[in-house]
Amino acid sequence: MSSIKPITMPKWGLAMDEGMLARWAVEEGAEIAPGQEIMDIETTKIANVFESPVGGILRKQVVSEGETVPVGALLGVVSEPDVPDGEVEAFVTEFLENFTPEETDDAGAPTPEMVETASGAIRRLKAGPDDGAAVILIHGFGADLNGWMFNQAELAAERQVHAIDLPGHGGSTKSVGDGAVATLAAAVTAYMDAAEINSAHLVGHSLGGAVATSIAAASPERVSALTLIAPAGFGSDVSQDFIEGFIGQSRARKLRPIIELLVADPSLVTADMVEEVLKFKRLDGVVAALRTIADANFDNGAQRVQVRDHLGNVSAPVQVIWGEDDRILAAGHADGLPDSVKVIRLAGAGHIPHMEKAADVNAAISALG
Amino acid sequence: MSNKSYRQAIAEALTQEMRRDHRVVIMGEDIAGGLGAPGEDDAWGGPLGVTKGLMAEFGRERVLDTPISESAFIGAAAGAAATGLRPVAELMFVDFMGVCFDQIFNQAAKFRYMFGGKAVTPMVVRTMYGAGFRAASQHSQCLYPLFTHIPGLKVALPSNAYEAKGLLTQAIRDDDPVIFFEHKAMYDMEMEVPDEPYAIAFGEANVTREGDDVTIIAFGRMVNLANEAADNLAKNGVTCTVVDPRTTSPLDRETILETAAETGRVVVVDEAHPRCSMASDIAGLVAQEAFGELKAPIKLVTAPHAPVPFSPALEDIYIPSVAKIEAAVTEIVEYGEKAAAE
Amino acid sequence: MASGLQLSREELLVAYRRMRTIRDFEDKVHEEFSAGNIPGFVHLYAGEEASAVGFCMHLDDRDAIASTHRGHGHSIAKGCDVEGMMHEIYGRKDGLCGGKGGSMHIADLSKGMLGANGIVGAGAPLICGAALTAKTLGTGGVAICFVGDGGSNQGTTLESYNLAKVWDLPAIFVVEDNGYAESTASSWSVGGSQVDRGKGFGLATHEVDGFDFFAVFDVAAEAIERARSGGGPSLVHMKLARHYGHFEGDAMTYRAADEVAALKAESDPLTIFRQRVTETAILNGADLDEIDGAVRTEIEGCVASAKAAAMPAESDLLTDVYVSY
Repeated sequence: MSSIKPITMPKWGLAMDEGMLARWAVEEGAEIAPGQEIMDIETTKIANVFESPVGGILRKQVVSEGETVPVGALLGVVSEPDVPDGEVEAFVTEFLENFTPEETDDAGAPTPEMVETASGAIRRLKAGPDDGAAVILIHGFGADLNGWMFNQAELAAERQVHAIDLPGHGGSTKSVGDGAVATLAAAVTAYMDAAEINSAHLVGHSLGGAVATSIAAASPERVSALTLIAPAGFGSDVSQDFIEGFIGQSRARKLRPIIELLVADPSLVTADMVEEVLKFKRLDGVVAALRTIADANFDNGAQRVQVRDHLGNVSAPVQVIWGEDDRILAAGHADGLPDSVKVIRLAGAGHIPHMEKAADVNAAISALG
Repeated sequence: MSNKSYRQAIAEALTQEMRRDHRVVIMGEDIAGGLGAPGEDDAWGGPLGVTKGLMAEFGRERVLDTPISESAFIGAAAGAAATGLRPVAELMFVDFMGVCFDQIFNQAAKFRYMFGGKAVTPMVVRTMYGAGFRAASQHSQCLYPLFTHIPGLKVALPSNAYEAKGLLTQAIRDDDPVIFFEHKAMYDMEMEVPDEPYAIAFGEANVTREGDDVTIIAFGRMVNLANEAADNLAKNGVTCTVVDPRTTSPLDRETILETAAETGRVVVVDEAHPRCSMASDIAGLVAQEAFGELKAPIKLVTAPHAPVPFSPALEDIYIPSVAKIEAAVTEIVEYGEKAAAE
Repeated sequence: MASGLQLSREELLVAYRRMRTIRDFEDKVHEEFSAGNIPGFVHLYAGEEASAVGFCMHLDDRDAIASTHRGHGHSIAKGCDVEGMMHEIYGRKDGLCGGKGGSMHIADLSKGMLGANGIVGAGAPLICGAALTAKTLGTGGVAICFVGDGGSNQGTTLESYNLAKVWDLPAIFVVEDNGYAESTASSWSVGGSQVDRGKGFGLATHEVDGFDFFAVFDVAAEAIERARSGGGPSLVHMKLARHYGHFEGDAMTYRAADEVAALKAESDPLTIFRQRVTETAILNGADLDEIDGAVRTEIEGCVASAKAAAMPAESDLLTDVYVSY
């Protein structure tokens, strides 16, 4: 029995309590390797490929395509070829009899909380051991801390991981001042002060990448490592269609093609993901805040914000991760960086590789510090 | 963000807008309750408790109990709106419109036009509608088509708690008179509703399901039944797009026509009577503007042309059901298959 | 308490000019309607001038009034632009309501004129709302509903007496009893007495001679002062009379043969005003004659400019339905 291994519904992000098995990529009887893409799973946030945690023969598909099941539910069973069918069946029966879904309001699970800072209220989700090295995840324009759903839990196994909402975003203050990167950077350092984080590995995506770079240059002592995912401020141009569409479109059917610009494979975008963006944009003050931030940093397809030159002042190790199919900030922006900067280019990923290629991005972040 | 009932969502919108704008006042019969009586103050907070507690925060000056006198206080809301307040009047049951319709359709609705664009009448009438409460013929109707018919009025039909808060916030901030319909069977329905204020724009339909075979357009509480029907049908391989227009006036014609054209099959689900209804209105719209895209006749799932009955045995078969929606969808899907076979 | 007879010379001239303007406006509309130059329905206020002017002399723009279908007099008394009104009655684009309202819906909210109203009895609830606004926002304003003997029988009016009382509103209901609701006499259609109705709802009540500007002015002063100082709502009942029919084109076969002639000879509020001010030598006949001439010229000018003004264009048909849609 010990060679029989279950494949269960993963928990992607702290808010996930169920998922839908959209597609099996392998058939019963096929041999699979650890890390192989074996199915597509849709959550309320996004669809994604699921990489097998184990290797062996896929003996049984317990859940069929289109079914929605709780986190932890048995999706399939893998074993060595010589395990008899009867044992596999017995394993499945026993698993199903003993399985109880995790309580969705599990008291032990971290939940977002508000932190008062010198720059106003900042919402954060903190996970991982208090004695772990600090990592701060800084989202991009229009996103929020939920964007790290595929990353935070995994990174938090050994680190103290803080996902925060920038001003104007998520649950944080909708007051963004002039909306400039320096102002947003001040809010992040204000958060670090309030949370008593002396120094952290900053992981910044897109506009958050420019924010992280700005902090690393201005306050090198506060930054132990710098991971920049498709950062703003490294090239001249930005997708005007995305910025204007994201702010302007208020109907799901019109916003969806804008959100799809974020990913290499548009089928990853779910209706719920679009709805989440709409719900965020409807909150009082959000559209005005986004407009202020956009006007401060972007200008009709050009980037006003430039942080590439700041890298010279950064003492911490730096890596840049870019999806080759990025349609918001072109992957070419990573060209010509100093040799000291490690550049990782991911094929098949667009502007949000931390969601599209989460395993690769998580590995890179973990490797840097 | 936390779980809130439809009732709590409405109360939260009222509370936040009253805090935001001192010109917002609420009025209605027993909206606090107990006025002048020997027992408790704020005894009811509205007949179903929606406005309970508002008096404690805003006082009797802004939470105005009224005599049972709809003509006078709905008219007063119109007059107050035209002179600088932003009143939210509660017409307990929409069935009572018979005694105050003049104040809504001849006065509030027409001020702006009759006065050459110089009047602004930002009033909201919150009113309960819908069957299922064994409340019989005079407390169960879905009279939104009558209001939708009147130019100058806007009509909102929130289908869940999230929609209720956002649409009521918009209604209160809107400069035109809005009739806001609350289905009495939904007050205890809960879902995640943001704590922060937010407004949902009028005239922008919500597509709650996306499918390839049939487009279901449903109103108010019926959106939930349509979603359930769509989920059931999906298990049998029939996928439906479900459209919640959110407001019947303004109406998101664009989304209705686009989604109708995408599937070529349309079911309209409307708890109101079938004649001169939203169902017939949508059917007329689709027939006029998307006739060439249709693969099957448009099906209407509505209450019958009869008053709402009292007896549970009758009322249960009177209201459109998930089963009736599924049957309508199946019928027009098969119609298409038959036509293809011939 | 202010008394009409203590008004200054200038104030008396203003009062007379307003009454004369109403009279000439209505006489002219009668003439023009008869000639087929004015579309639709018009209901004329000539003969009732003392009521509108007697009350509105006390009001300013923070105060609101609601009128009836017979609304020209109230509109002029409350300060609506007379030329704009005439253009409106002719259905012109530059009319007070862009030609979309006409005689029955003349309004100017910036002047606190909440509209003439095509629905008999509709004004009283609106005035409760305007009074609520004044009370809630603390503007010090009052709100006055002019209602005829016909409208006084509508439930809306009676409900509003009650609401004004229980909400303790700065509201005044002025019952202009001109003796006829359309063709039906108020002596037949009104049960009980108007003043007793007011008392029944707990309103302060007054009975006044509606032909006498000075009597109306004094009662209005008292009721308005009561409302402004938080003393609650009042009802004022007055008998008066219209010189024309219910609407233009009404042959008035229900009236006595000599009724209107007798009214004009004995109970014309302008004549009564002239007698009073000249007898007491506050004004002389020449002062009033000068106003008569100036008003005549003004009204002639309004008609001429209305006839010359442009009609609305097709592009105006669908504007002003909503603020946004």
